[in-house]
Amino acid sequence: MWWNTLQLAWRELRANVLRSLLTTLGIIVGVAAVVIVVTLGQGLTMKVTADIASMGRNLLFVLPFTPQRAGPATPQTPFKMDDSEAIEREVQGIAAVAPSTIRQTQAVYGSNNWQIAINGTSNEYLTVRDWPISQGRAFTDSEERGGRTVCILGETPRKELFGQQTPLGAKIRLGATSCDVVGVLAPKGQSTFGQDQDDTILMPILAVQRRMTGTTDVQQIWVSAATAAQVHPVQESIATLMRERRRIRPGEQDDFLIRDLQSVSSLVESTTQLLTAGLSAVAAISLLVGGIGIMNIMLVSVTERTREIGIRLAIGALERDVLLQFLIEAVVLSCVGGLIGAALGLGASAGIAYAIGVPFVLSPWVVVISFGFSAAVGIVFGFFPARRAAGLDPIEALRYE
Amino acid sequence: MAGTPLIRFDHVSKIYGKGETEVRALDDVTLSIDDGEFVAIMGPSGSGKSTAMNILGCLDTPTSGRYFFRGVDVGTLNRSQRALLRRNYIGFVFQGFNLLKRTTARENLELPLIYRGDSAAVRKERALKALGLVGLADRANHTSSELSGGQQQRVAIARALVTEPAVIFADEPTGNLDSSRSHEIMKLLEDLNRTRHITIVLVTHEDDIAGYARRQIRFRDGKIASDTLTQQGAA
Repeated sequence: MWWNTLQLAWRELRANVLRSLLTTLGIIVGVAAVVIVVTLGQGLTMKVTADIASMGRNLLFVLPFTPQRAGPATPQTPFKMDDSEAIEREVQGIAAVAPSTIRQTQAVYGSNNWQIAINGTSNEYLTVRDWPISQGRAFTDSEERGGRTVCILGETPRKELFGQQTPLGAKIRLGATSCDVVGVLAPKGQSTFGQDQDDTILMPILAVQRRMTGTTDVQQIWVSAATAAQVHPVQESIATLMRERRRIRPGEQDDFLIRDLQSVSSLVESTTQLLTAGLSAVAAISLLVGGIGIMNIMLVSVTERTREIGIRLAIGALERDVLLQFLIEAVVLSCVGGLIGAALGLGASAGIAYAIGVPFVLSPWVVVISFGFSAAVGIVFGFFPARRAAGLDPIEALRYE
Repeated sequence: MAGTPLIRFDHVSKIYGKGETEVRALDDVTLSIDDGEFVAIMGPSGSGKSTAMNILGCLDTPTSGRYFFRGVDVGTLNRSQRALLRRNYIGFVFQGFNLLKRTTARENLELPLIYRGDSAAVRKERALKALGLVGLADRANHTSSELSGGQQQRVAIARALVTEPAVIFADEPTGNLDSSRSHEIMKLLEDLNRTRHITIVLVTHEDDIAGYARRQIRFRDGKIASDTLTQQGAA
């Protein structure tokens, strides 16, 4: 009986392919929207979390800016090398500290040149960022202490400047400075915020200060806590130390800020989740509208098929049989819409995920839930028309023209 | 069952409307029809024959009086119970054929069997057998729009037959057909009655169509005006 009713419903819907498709369009769009939003939201969360983890382990960075709730932070007295050294010396629970000063300049090798940010830092930076060297070596102690003009290339400048040639031992020109390439960093890819992390060249910070910026300023300090549990205490200790060193009286505002990537990560994560939930709710409304569309067409269909219903009742269909037939028709309609919508949604999400560089996360429960939801929409909105059909008087129905 | 007529009207009245607009479509009709009869119900429009037919077919119930179908008081049954009676014991043939559109002859025949819960194999066998009885075995896979009016009505008769009902009610079965097709249909019904002993109750207002029946009941103003056996019945 069920199987037959299902076949009957399927045939009825196939006989009116265009109308059936248009009827279920609302469901198709609704399910596709939910699937797209949820799939991309999950992909985005996953990417953000992975990216932030890839920036370095238990990472904190200290910037000489006044913390601001909104708008651009106000620059303050820059740090010096001894700030970085003091943190390393006095704060407990630290794995590594790296000072950093960045300078934009032109890198030239032969006829190739490339606009680039030179990161003046120390070997500790590699530890902090959890960034292995793929060719060559890190800086030596004497290179760091003597501020020698040696550099480690990121993957992007290596590709741009050297292509297939080997960069190790070559001399490149950075602005007015000539510089020996001693190593190449392993590729890291894009950051959360769409920056190419590999578009960098590392030099000993002393070399950058002397040859390029001409000051002894340190623009920011990277700190890696020894364990995840120590991120917070380390942050507090650094704050206390910096307040002391920068002579900030109790009650006065900090003139520096300490960012911790874990909190950035959880903030981004909760924001994406909230966004996903909000957008899903909007998308779910279109499912509701889709359900009303189905109810409309089913009501029209019941009127159109009054005579058919009369015939069925006359030849022995029970009210229950007719009710079931129209209910199943509505459910089949919305389920088919749900399937098409899920397929479209997954296809579109795969495409969009590829286009915006977010991983495509296929989560079966999204499909299952949206499918279940569309079936439920079919039952809820199919019930009223089905009741109307089943309640028809066979005599009246047979007389209907 | 011996002695119990297939159909018994016991002072049946059907009243539509109330008060001044009251219409007595059937007025205290008493009547019985036995198994194997071939009855024509006749009368001008408004005489109550259609109302009688609706009640006979268990589509409607009397306002007063009692209708026994196979000894069961139909007036005491609810909608679903009456649907079950129709499903198991009654076949209908309508003036407008009333086949499902976009549906093949065989599928039309299988429909009442689906509601009875017969298996696909049983349905197919019975449907083809019934189509054979009305001479349309070769049209099983034609949809109604691919069949002529006469052929559609034969399919409709086959659909009424396919459940092997106790009685077939035919409401103006030739009303939409030309006279030669009409006589074909009537010969088919007559043959089914004679060789397969299926009870047939037919509503018509044409004398020559009624002439195929062995008993003619004439209605006038909601009452039976005459109830006669024809020569065919007498023969």
